[in-house]
Amino acid sequence: MKRAGFANTWLPILLLIPQLSIVAIFFYWPALEAVQSSFFLQDPFGFGSTFVGFENYADLFGSAEYRKVAWFTVIFTLLVTFLSLAIALLLAVKADTILRGAKTYRTLLMWVYAVAPPVAGFIGVIMFNQTWGPLTNLAGLVGWDFVLGVKFNDTAFAMVLVSVWKQVPVNFIFFLSGLQSFPKSVREAALIDNRSASGRFWDITFPLLAPTGFFLLITNITYALFDTFGVVDTLVKGEPGNNPMTLVYKVYVDGFRGNDLGGSSAQSVILMVLVLVLALTVFQFRLVERRIHYT
Amino acid sequence: MAEVKLNSVRKIYPNGAEAVTPSSFHIQDGEFVVLVGPSGCGKSTLLRMIAGLEEITEGELMIGDRVVNHTDPADRDIAMVFQNYALYPHMTVKKNIAYGLKNRKTPGDEIERKVAEAAQMLNLGDYLDRKPSQLSGGQRQRVAMGRAIVRDPALFLFDEPLSNLDAKLRNQMRIEIKALQRRLGVTSIYVTHDQVEAMTMADRIIVLNGGRIEQIGSPSEIYHNPTSTFVASFMGAPPMNLLDARIADGTVQLDGGAHVAAAPNGKTGPVTLGIRPEDVKLDAAGALHFDIDLIEELGAHRLLHGKVAGQPFTTHLLKDVTVEPGRHGVRIDPSKLCLFDTTGSRL
Repeated sequence: MKRAGFANTWLPILLLIPQLSIVAIFFYWPALEAVQSSFFLQDPFGFGSTFVGFENYADLFGSAEYRKVAWFTVIFTLLVTFLSLAIALLLAVKADTILRGAKTYRTLLMWVYAVAPPVAGFIGVIMFNQTWGPLTNLAGLVGWDFVLGVKFNDTAFAMVLVSVWKQVPVNFIFFLSGLQSFPKSVREAALIDNRSASGRFWDITFPLLAPTGFFLLITNITYALFDTFGVVDTLVKGEPGNNPMTLVYKVYVDGFRGNDLGGSSAQSVILMVLVLVLALTVFQFRLVERRIHYT
Repeated sequence: MAEVKLNSVRKIYPNGAEAVTPSSFHIQDGEFVVLVGPSGCGKSTLLRMIAGLEEITEGELMIGDRVVNHTDPADRDIAMVFQNYALYPHMTVKKNIAYGLKNRKTPGDEIERKVAEAAQMLNLGDYLDRKPSQLSGGQRQRVAMGRAIVRDPALFLFDEPLSNLDAKLRNQMRIEIKALQRRLGVTSIYVTHDQVEAMTMADRIIVLNGGRIEQIGSPSEIYHNPTSTFVASFMGAPPMNLLDARIADGTVQLDGGAHVAAAPNGKTGPVTLGIRPEDVKLDAAGALHFDIDLIEELGAHRLLHGKVAGQPFTTHLLKDVTVEPGRHGVRIDPSKLCLFDTTGSRL
């Protein structure tokens, strides 16, 4: 590796300042503010705050509602991650065998990725509209009285569906390019060595896709945990009631709807710790990457 | 071990291009046949149809006494060695070699024995636990060979297996593959664009051009008796000299009127005259004038490049004869002459 050197000590610092200031202003500062305010109880009208120590945290851990939301978030994340990856992999494997029209097909699938999460959520709201939503009607045909925003399970179902729909395209693209990056002859050799298509998939294709799959697993978990905010927000319309929501959304609801800034900050801090643990796990996996990565 | 029969096998791609015109040939049990031709001549397509990686549009393919047109590649009892080795990158050498056996429900101890045997035969013993990425090109090629050998197939298929190796290694592997095939006695079909590989390895050569079989024959038949100007110019390095000539008054004459040989009966008009560079002798009293421009020193012999009757010409000269550029007389051995008509077919 070649080392580039700077004659002047100040130049590299100067060049780093824009990036560092963005990180400082938009991440470290708010993060510190959150940690600080998580130890205070705010007056609902904004007239002042009282130091309460770890009371906000204690409240959270004692709250049955918080545990319920946490559980829902775990299940939601697992479902969204698993389904988005599985469906995308299936589509990619099938699309990979098609040569003609593959480009058009790819582009068409990719479009969905360009849809912003709130728009995706809004499309979900339309599809599940109580009186004329096509998916509500479809559910009605099989005797399922689907009521979005009222029945917990129905809303959760719509949330998972829309989130998965939104995430499948990007996974698909990654899987497909992963599939197309390994030489055709490897698959042909497998064709001669193994007559079973499913055997070939699990022995050859799947292990070869492992690096791509691992990367997608991490990005999908992050997506399901955090980036689904827009989808959740549009589907529950900021009216939690009996509706399912994720931890990230609860931070918003408690802080900005409930005006409980202290409790909301405590929740953000917990999430922050969670992300830190997740990031460390990823880092650790990267260290033992030999297991899944090869050239 | 098996015979292979192709009966008017044809390939038309969905876009309408005819990659292989109806082709028939019969490969004997234990024979080493080389398919050779320039790129795009259909040789790989033909091999891939035999392997089952490409669908056969028309005709009948038999391996042994089975028609295998619609048989899965895994059920054709074949093994294939690919140009880029096609090893499974996530498996060790051992697993790569054993994979085909494992899927055929071979007992574990037999797999062990066969892998050890193949590894010993190919000098891979020390590398069995390595991944393909930790091997050199030649070693990878050996692993690919090992994967083919352990299966004891009826037929070996080679798709330009040496093209990715450097020249020295290629010569060595060429000999190894040939020796291995002799020892195992497995019927083999080998595709290459390299005429040296074809000449040195084959029991029989099939020369392909534009999806059509130009000639089938032993290396010496192909070399000495090409049936077309294409074969004459494709096989041999340097290729056969081809000169425009005409038949008149019962003799073959070059432009400028030099009489070369007696003409075959009843033919007149323009022809192409072919002569191998080594069948031309420098002879001051020779009927032809050879203007030598360039002398290529190859150690064991020299190649003289220049013009005869205004057309490019090459001859072959042993190392103990010296010659200077300029005009020299040459003599052609009439019995070694090949004549082709204007369409390029042998007269």
